[in-house]
Amino acid sequence: MATLDLAVDQAALFECLLRLGDNTLVLGHRVSEWCGHSPVLEEDIALANTALDLIGQTQLWLGLAGEVEGKGRTADNLAYLRDAAAFRNLLLVERPNGDFGQTLMRQFLFDAWHFEMLTALTRSADKRVAEIAAKALKEVAYHLERSSDLVIRLGDGTAESHRRMQRALDDLWSYTGEMFVTDDADKAMAEAGIMPDPASLRGPWEARIRDVLAEATLAVPTGTYVHKGGRKGVHTEHLGFILADMQFLQRAYPGATW
Amino acid sequence: MSSEWPLWEVFIRGQHGLNHRHVGSLHAPDAEMAIKNARDVYTRRNEGVSIWVVRSSEIAASSPSDKGPLFEPSNSKVYRHPTFFDIPEEVGHM
Repeated sequence: MATLDLAVDQAALFECLLRLGDNTLVLGHRVSEWCGHSPVLEEDIALANTALDLIGQTQLWLGLAGEVEGKGRTADNLAYLRDAAAFRNLLLVERPNGDFGQTLMRQFLFDAWHFEMLTALTRSADKRVAEIAAKALKEVAYHLERSSDLVIRLGDGTAESHRRMQRALDDLWSYTGEMFVTDDADKAMAEAGIMPDPASLRGPWEARIRDVLAEATLAVPTGTYVHKGGRKGVHTEHLGFILADMQFLQRAYPGATW
Repeated sequence: MSSEWPLWEVFIRGQHGLNHRHVGSLHAPDAEMAIKNARDVYTRRNEGVSIWVVRSSEIAASSPSDKGPLFEPSNSKVYRHPTFFDIPEEVGHM
């Protein structure tokens, strides 16, 4: 157990750890919904692997969040016993799966951000954060390689796959801006050298996605409207349905184990 | 659709120093994706350090009907097996 650094705002650290863990939890759940339904067996297994990577990262982030909070809540408590308003994930990750193209585009837009975020977190002043980030980064580097490759193949594929990928990009674009919004908790973390200022990730993120989207022959949308709220607990109606599904067992049979 | 994707045979090397072993097959549109798919399908439990993929159609195979002429003659040639030597203890596993 690391000693409590009194100079660091523990409430802000808790908040920002929830954001990291809730992103991977909700996206992991979303991706796992494809299990048994993917277009081909190989993709089914690949998506299940991605979902499991994300759930594994969730255990680490929410485990640390519970430790920082100091009220005895475990990763499982945080995942299964909070209501929607207490979730801090980006709205992007709770978007419905849609067709395979929409799922892949969401994954790509998130992976590109996740990669930059984790890369910055490996330099965190908090050793616990840096260690989790280093472990997760290896998994996410592969997620990004895979989703970039598929976005290029489908964007620059048939007329039908191109149309679907462009539609997916247009639909999801207004949900990407939330990744780069900075609030007081982020500022506190950035000043303490624990996490990067989200705004600082926009440059490298945008450079990467522009490269990939150009190769995919997809047009980057020009809209500037940003849907936001997820990081403060204001969610779309979709999160409630995700939680109803994900939390049912623990809510109906509290403390059930197997 | 997977029916339009060619079949690939997957070979995985489990550890440095061992040979690649055939582990199964999968569908993929090209070699690059075949390797990615092989990573996801066949190395989930830490099985590998290296992957080879080869188009199934590129593999030349012996015919089962030739089994007799190909393999049976060696059955009766026990002297080809080095079983008549006493291997000293110190040599250990060979």
